[in-house]
Amino acid sequence: MNRATPFALLTNGTALQWTAVPEWPLADFLRHVGAELGRGERLSSLFGVPEGGALRLVAVLAFDAGNTLAVGRSQPFAGSFPALTATHAQAHLFEREIWEQHGAVPENHPWLKAVRKDHGAGPAVGDFFRVDGREIHEVAVGPVHAGIIEPGHFRFQCAGEEVLHLEIALGYQHRGIEEALAGGPHRATVYQMETVAGDTTIAHATAYATALEALAGAEAPLRAQWLRAIALELERLANHTGDLGALAGDVAFLPTASACGKIRGDFLNLTALLCGNRFGRGLVRPGGCPQDGEPERLAKLRERLETALAEVQQAAAWLWDAASVRTRFENTGHLHAKQAAEIGLVGPAARACGLVRDVRFDHPAGWFRFAQVPVSVWPDGDVFARARVRWLEIQRSGEFLREQLDTAPEGETLAPLPALAPDALAVALVEGWRGEVCHVALTGADGRLRRYKITDPSFHNWTGVALALRSQAISDFPLCNKSFNLSYCGFDL
Amino acid sequence: MFVHDTLLNRLKRGCETMAYPAGPAPALPDRHGGALRVEAAKCQAGCAACVAVCPTEAITRPPNQAVALDLGRCIFCAECIKACPAGAITQTGDHRLAVRRRDDLVLGEAGREQLRLAVALDAKLRRLFGRSLKLRQVSAGGCNACEADTNVLGTIGWDLGRFGIQFVASPRHADGLLITGPVSKNMELALRKTYAAVPEPRIVIAVGACAIAGGPFVGHPQVNNGAGALVPVDLFIPGCPPHPLTILDGLLRLLGRLEDAPRRS
Repeated sequence: MNRATPFALLTNGTALQWTAVPEWPLADFLRHVGAELGRGERLSSLFGVPEGGALRLVAVLAFDAGNTLAVGRSQPFAGSFPALTATHAQAHLFEREIWEQHGAVPENHPWLKAVRKDHGAGPAVGDFFRVDGREIHEVAVGPVHAGIIEPGHFRFQCAGEEVLHLEIALGYQHRGIEEALAGGPHRATVYQMETVAGDTTIAHATAYATALEALAGAEAPLRAQWLRAIALELERLANHTGDLGALAGDVAFLPTASACGKIRGDFLNLTALLCGNRFGRGLVRPGGCPQDGEPERLAKLRERLETALAEVQQAAAWLWDAASVRTRFENTGHLHAKQAAEIGLVGPAARACGLVRDVRFDHPAGWFRFAQVPVSVWPDGDVFARARVRWLEIQRSGEFLREQLDTAPEGETLAPLPALAPDALAVALVEGWRGEVCHVALTGADGRLRRYKITDPSFHNWTGVALALRSQAISDFPLCNKSFNLSYCGFDL
Repeated sequence: MFVHDTLLNRLKRGCETMAYPAGPAPALPDRHGGALRVEAAKCQAGCAACVAVCPTEAITRPPNQAVALDLGRCIFCAECIKACPAGAITQTGDHRLAVRRRDDLVLGEAGREQLRLAVALDAKLRRLFGRSLKLRQVSAGGCNACEADTNVLGTIGWDLGRFGIQFVASPRHADGLLITGPVSKNMELALRKTYAAVPEPRIVIAVGACAIAGGPFVGHPQVNNGAGALVPVDLFIPGCPPHPLTILDGLLRLLGRLEDAPRRS
């Protein structure tokens, strides 16, 4: 990083003193954040920290090209603030969230409404954007869906079959996770971190553990970092495989759908082989990993991994070979690279628009400092590209596991965690299978958590689903939605 | 050419659906542990080591009373097992966990060391649902793990369809609900409406620690601490999440289809 920035720079998975975070009057803070976003930097998180009766804003920016993170904060203020969203769409949901959580109004926000509607009688539905006209009709879907899916509400404005606008209202899954963290960590905290999004247990638990370890000035033993990386890639394999199968199912291509349904379970069982739980519960703890893998267990893992990888290779080959699949995948749910960059898209969805961004590569922490995974990119931005990136990542994760299982570091897997440093801020990013999981932890003078901000990749990406649906046939919604496969609970917290 | 490939592949692989319940149940992962057994009689006087480590307050020991572990609140983290100096809490490795009454999940005192496993529906409901049970799934604050491991029962390995059990796209087509999640306040209305839309007679199945008692979110003002607060529950399937085998066992047990198994094999 050689250009000047007023922000404090830090590496992923590290902490700095709260007083070392540069502080500006509100207007300057917003100007600085706006300037960095204008240069094309990414907003990883933007949130409020209450201070007395006033509020501070804190921004965590990702300078991907510089492999560094940047933080800054505003001086405490009361009342409203001019919305960044007016010029920088990346801030859109963050500013709505700040308004909802702290009551500070982002002035001139183009679409200010609740994100989750805490403590209300109902979720965040309310006034929807409406298109008027004689041929226009509105379609409402959810919160309860046709299959076994989490709840969310989708409101379509359609002209015949064509979707002119889709608005997504979430909040149904809100369980008060961030609020409960104040004064923590509590006895239940690590279990809540594992269930922020239950299909992303390893990524969220690793981000949480890394943040706490950074605050404690400790690092997990090397072998624990290695185990976490193994588990993270297994999580990616299971979910990507499931997604390929589900995408195949949505276009009625049953060979791949039924094969991948089973293989996904085989990958989950590999995680269960390590820790007993198919979703990796109990695998990651602050300080390391409580359960090691003995050589016979790892040999069995390696053997079963090969079988599952060979099977998914076969199932994917059918998918790419079928013209009927390609015609349904190609040019469906298209998102331009420019749009993706504007809204701050992350993960496979962003890489499927040709954006080269991957925490494992841009901001390596833990074992990824020593073992890299190439970034898988596809340029087209449609359903095909999102499926294709998943397939590329399945191959890369498979290769990574093959290599890493042979080169395990020796040693302990768990070390006691020292007390958390008081008045310090830590940032931990992990590339979960949906994209960037961001945890920001701030301690108070007593060394307890004062504020904890979680940003699931879905928080960035739901807007992408809405944009991808524009001028699509409404009948393609299931396919488009599945091609993103975002988390409801990870968004709702 | 994929048509040729897939057909050949399918022929080579044969039927991939497990033999269970006609054959033996697949093994749980060795580190899973299965159900818990609690022998309060082994507890040392005045000891409450397990109570202090339980993240969901599933364990209680009022003064001069026996320890009680509520497997409905339990998320199977095994911290209590590590903490117990007397070995009063043990893992049985048993995948069978489903019960019919909430109270049957409370373990500890003499005669109640283990779960009282679910009995089948009465004869009338069995006649109605025994060979065809259509369920509407409502995720109400679930983290997508219980949902995923319910969904997996539809894959070729488990093939839930062979039991006539199916998840349907409308409550009007359903015989009951399968609920996951602690029932967030924001899903309360949707759950009530969905339940009301299911024609009677109807059954309710609560899958996972959240749906039974709130799971890791128990006590949060944003949740209802389980489905039981809103609708009558007929079957409780503990776990965080329950293993697919545990869910399947619960469903078959409810329909009285497990006693038949030995005869067919």
